[in-house]
Amino acid sequence: MRCCGRTEWPRRNPARGRKVRGARLFDTLTLSPLPPADEALRGPVRALIAERIADLPTDRRARSWLGFDAGFSRSLGQAGYLGLTLPKRYGGAERGPFARFVVVEELLSAGAPVAAHWIADRQSAPLILNYGTEAQRQFYLPRICRGDAFFCIGMSEPGSGSDLASVRTAAERTDRGWRLNGQKIWTTNAMHSDYMIALVRTSGGPADRHAGLSQLIVDLRAPGVTVRPIVDLTGDAHFAEVFFDNVELAPDALIGSEGEGWKQVTAELAFERSGPERIYSSVVLIDAWVRHLAAGGRSDPTSTRLAGALTARLATLRAMSIAVTARLAAGESPVIEASLVKDLGTSFEQEAPGLIGDDLAAHPDEPLDPDLYRTLLYVSQIAPSFSLRGGTREILRGIIARGLGLR
Amino acid sequence: MDAHELLDPFERLLGDISPPARVREIEAGASPKALWEPLAESGFLDALTPESAGGAGLSLAQAAPLLQALGRHAVPVPAAETMVARALLGEAGVEAPEGPIVLATCTGPAAAPTPLALTASHALVQRGERLVLASLADETIQATGARDGLAGVVALAADAAGPTLPAPEAGLRAVAAVVRAAAIAGAADRLLEMSVSYANARTQFGKPIGRQQAIQQQLAVMAEQVVAARIAAQIGCAGGLGTSVGAAAVAKHSASLAAVQIARIAHAVHGAIGVSEEYDLQLYTRRLYDWRLADGSEAYWAEVLGARRLAAADRGSVDFLREHTAP
Repeated sequence: MRCCGRTEWPRRNPARGRKVRGARLFDTLTLSPLPPADEALRGPVRALIAERIADLPTDRRARSWLGFDAGFSRSLGQAGYLGLTLPKRYGGAERGPFARFVVVEELLSAGAPVAAHWIADRQSAPLILNYGTEAQRQFYLPRICRGDAFFCIGMSEPGSGSDLASVRTAAERTDRGWRLNGQKIWTTNAMHSDYMIALVRTSGGPADRHAGLSQLIVDLRAPGVTVRPIVDLTGDAHFAEVFFDNVELAPDALIGSEGEGWKQVTAELAFERSGPERIYSSVVLIDAWVRHLAAGGRSDPTSTRLAGALTARLATLRAMSIAVTARLAAGESPVIEASLVKDLGTSFEQEAPGLIGDDLAAHPDEPLDPDLYRTLLYVSQIAPSFSLRGGTREILRGIIARGLGLR
Repeated sequence: MDAHELLDPFERLLGDISPPARVREIEAGASPKALWEPLAESGFLDALTPESAGGAGLSLAQAAPLLQALGRHAVPVPAAETMVARALLGEAGVEAPEGPIVLATCTGPAAAPTPLALTASHALVQRGERLVLASLADETIQATGARDGLAGVVALAADAAGPTLPAPEAGLRAVAAVVRAAAIAGAADRLLEMSVSYANARTQFGKPIGRQQAIQQQLAVMAEQVVAARIAAQIGCAGGLGTSVGAAAVAKHSASLAAVQIARIAHAVHGAIGVSEEYDLQLYTRRLYDWRLADGSEAYWAEVLGARRLAAADRGSVDFLREHTAP
């Protein structure tokens, strides 16, 4: 999990500075079909998932993008499903955001364990492609596409959550490159990752806010790096704290421009906040509950309405998520639109376990599969994190409010 | 023909013929003629009518912006309903009457009120697998006595007389529900625009209330619901007049759910002036309540969709959505 705040305008905001006749705000978000060529990926990726994780129990599938399986990620890489949007010369598939949507939707709705490659594929690779030198691209991207290089993102610190610009972890220039000192926390998958892209201060102090921040690629096997997993309330350890004690880094650890870290991080947001992972975190539970209702022959109006209501809300969210994907495909950076879908989507994801739990417990004499019970409890417990990771609900709503022209 | 090219002139027309003052007059009992006649002359009422029947032949998806515009202007005549009715009549080769037509989707003689029925001359009703075009007389419409007075119970006999035509596959109620969803999306846009503008203008504690985080967070939620309602309406419209039950259910469920939240936040942001008669906000929030109640609320469509979902329990959610709620 990482929690980070953005208090500045994204550079490109389609809703801003444009007095639309009748002010239909966010009217670029519109129903968009998935192109048939991208839909065609669905069958093959589904077959691969079925072959590789057929026996994974429901409560493991419910881990969604927190479920770690390096072997599974490598098999996706071998099959060409990682780096889908990257150029072929770096090992990518040179396809668009719609292809990625279809593949990710299949992976998440099946509850496939995608954590190993998740951050690298979603954020690190596009960042390196956009801001990296040719040498950095050649070095990292082919390995990301093969599922051989896993990344995490170093944002939050003990004193910097939503107020991300207050980070204190600092890198100073040396004769041989950079020397890094400080601490990151709540870093998803740090203990399984090869590299961290860390937001650090390279000049000035906390009072300089967004100025003087840079992004560094840190080899987590370098001397001076200590990674300590943090156990979460479900008993898993999906995040970690990471300590940097005089870590010596080569000059090319810098990604992008020195002092431009904040701007680069902001550009990552549309990738981080727009995807189907913001609507499908509870879908394994929902589908298991629907099977439970059908198996028990239950068709009372209350449960039927709940099944229909969850389905209808998901249908609208899915169309909204595809609409944001269409903006990405058009070359835009729909940061505000992505925030809007993420907030609505995570609200749905969070409400689902509460509603389903109420339905199941309203029938105390009904047999309940222990696997479904474990799934319900896991999702109920982890659900609060859905609106924390990738920017809290309150931060996102602030971004939307500015997009509306408030403040 | 591209509906977006039509939208600007249509918006201008509605601005001219359906300003808030005229909406209030018609709600108070004035004749809707001054609004209906220019609307009928404009040709827009035949936007969906097949070209073979003299219309523009737009699909429901193409015409969705026009349907939303009618909601944005709280037009107090059943124009969107008439567009749909004329399209269905045209396809069946039945001549359309000149006056406003409502879609009365209750299958029996006495049931839930139909919005704007008091301004209609005809009703399209479903009887079994057929639709009947019935002319409305005083004895077949019962006013509700509710505040705006324009909704009415269409009390047509089970064997109502009139020309008949085949019903849409998903049923008239599904098509009407999609039209309501589009209207909700249109009024929702207007309410968001009014609320943001008010929050930036109204000053308390020495600054615009729109600078208060408590207000900002509410308006952000409102914006989410406005976009959700719009996309939901588009899901419904995408299938045209042959829309599936699943797509109609998604459209009306999401739009109805949004309507309640949008009205709540619009009023919360406006404070007392928003519940006054003279301020225009209520013209749109009252419509949201009407449309949410018409042709099945969110619970109605949730039950319809839920039954289908449970019957396909072996399918995952994604497959169900692709198979049952796509156009």
